[in-house]
Amino acid sequence: MSELKKIDDCRWMIPQTGNMKVPGIIYSSERLIREMGSDESPKQVANVAHLPGIVKYSLAMPDMHWGYGFPIGGVAAFRLQDGVISPGGVGYDINCGCRLVTTRLAHEDIRDRLKDLISALYHHIPTGVGSKSDLRLSANEERKVLSEGAKWAVERGYGTHEDLEATEDRGQIAGADPEMVSARAIERGREQLGTLGSGNHFLEIEVVEEIFDNTAADAFGLEQDQICVLIHSGSRGLGYQVCDDYLARMVKHLGELEVPLPDRQLACAYLTSNRGKEYLAAMACAANYAWANRQMMMHWTRETFERTLKKGPRDLGMKLLYDVCHNIAKIETFVIDGKEMKLCVHRKGATRAFPPGHPALPARYNNTGQPVLIPGDMGTGSYVLAGTEKAFAETFGSTCHGAGRVMSRTQAKKASRGRSIEREMAARGIIVMATGKGTLSEEIPEAYKDLDQVVEVVHRAGISRKVAKLRALGCIKG
Amino acid sequence: MHRYKLFDHTADLGVEVHGKTANELFANAAFAVFDILADLSHVSPIVERRLVVDGEGWEDLLVNYLREILYLYNGEGLLLKEFSVVDIDPRHLEGKVAGEPFDPAKHTINTEIKAVTYHQAAVKEGQGMWTARVIFDV
Repeated sequence: MSELKKIDDCRWMIPQTGNMKVPGIIYSSERLIREMGSDESPKQVANVAHLPGIVKYSLAMPDMHWGYGFPIGGVAAFRLQDGVISPGGVGYDINCGCRLVTTRLAHEDIRDRLKDLISALYHHIPTGVGSKSDLRLSANEERKVLSEGAKWAVERGYGTHEDLEATEDRGQIAGADPEMVSARAIERGREQLGTLGSGNHFLEIEVVEEIFDNTAADAFGLEQDQICVLIHSGSRGLGYQVCDDYLARMVKHLGELEVPLPDRQLACAYLTSNRGKEYLAAMACAANYAWANRQMMMHWTRETFERTLKKGPRDLGMKLLYDVCHNIAKIETFVIDGKEMKLCVHRKGATRAFPPGHPALPARYNNTGQPVLIPGDMGTGSYVLAGTEKAFAETFGSTCHGAGRVMSRTQAKKASRGRSIEREMAARGIIVMATGKGTLSEEIPEAYKDLDQVVEVVHRAGISRKVAKLRALGCIKG
Repeated sequence: MHRYKLFDHTADLGVEVHGKTANELFANAAFAVFDILADLSHVSPIVERRLVVDGEGWEDLLVNYLREILYLYNGEGLLLKEFSVVDIDPRHLEGKVAGEPFDPAKHTINTEIKAVTYHQAAVKEGQGMWTARVIFDV
């Protein structure tokens, strides 16, 4: 692969060489590029550029890091008529994403109750490896979840219709067909609905620390010193199984593509083929499952706050600001070279960032653009950004998704040997409760890129703009 | 000789596996999955399963075999500790595994493995030694 060429302060290009169909473009900064070291993700950006039907360029966001096949932080769009869909371009955790709930509480209101709240959340919401929920779905009921997504949860009493307004795609991707989901995936999904999971997933109580854009913050219902809750989770075992099933099917037919692939993990199928359509229908099911999952956990979060603080829903005012997914493929319309075109946009570790006035947004965000939620690593806090016209024009309406790892899990474990991560967090005033012994040491803050740096790049590049920064107070993890 | 060792991969977890024969290599790779996943000291080989797996070459066969192995935990809740491969060629494998159902009161899970990836999967034979590399998504 050829050298990275600097375009401007925020963008680096990988020139089109060999069998690449388009160039690659990486959004980053001098410092983040330098810190990337030997990470091979630029090569993965170039690999994605080999796929049939790719439009304009293979993109990566500043939180980019080495994945398998597609880089994490990768964005790529494909023409419907001759382009492909790739399960590896979505990721195993289909519709991994996050939602932010605002409250009427100020930091002062819960300062003395934080420990009780975190402990109650920890006991009320199933966390950890293979965590099971009390709910055991019949296969039929589960199929409804797969078709209806967050709406299924709301209709069974988990939240309100107003929550659906504030969810990307209203918590339900069209075209979901449960018949395209294997018996194995259905089985894995039965006991995991309403569970947080493990790894980098978490539920965090945060406080608004800084407002950058007063008008947008007003529209989003955010103010200085306000308490919020961030939920970061996905489609659990069901999503992993859907990805695994379809990767295996597509790997068997790599010979049918017009070009040899540089990596088997890039396995894909034409969007016009049955295999491609079937994957999209199954992926939509997993995405819907994830939205129902986050909707239920938000409902239990509201219940936990009510019970612990002995306050009614009106006093607490726990309102869903927005829910975004950051592992997904979507059919969306963009203007390419002056012409409207429907494209299949893959966002693997990237977030949709639609501009003001886009019809997909709820009316109350019409003037601000779509809320974009960027979770940090454990105990850091998060950012709320807003989508822009420039993202719509340059990055298929996409921006970064989080901090991005810099240390492998084994490196992180080594770095945390002999330390009490729980105590270190407590010293910084953050209460953490985790199920897994290994989780805390694998997820130490220095294992991730500096979130401020990542967000600064997308803000300066204009592909989203900063609205508010939140600081973590307490966190539950798997 | 170590049956396997971990290697670094930013987002995920890689293993390098060794064996004197293809049979031993595949059995050791399966052991690596469960050795990473759980503490096997309190697992007994009570339940036995037979596995038949197909593939299109060594790498594909290895990934498919490990996918089946992992599903026995993720889908059926079994913790496995004994693995043997009875019959193997680059396109076909027959093997046996043994373990017991996961019991949270008795067993500890260390690391969740989401999936076995095709990314840079490799199987090599040379000087009487088989070596494989596989990356797990964790």
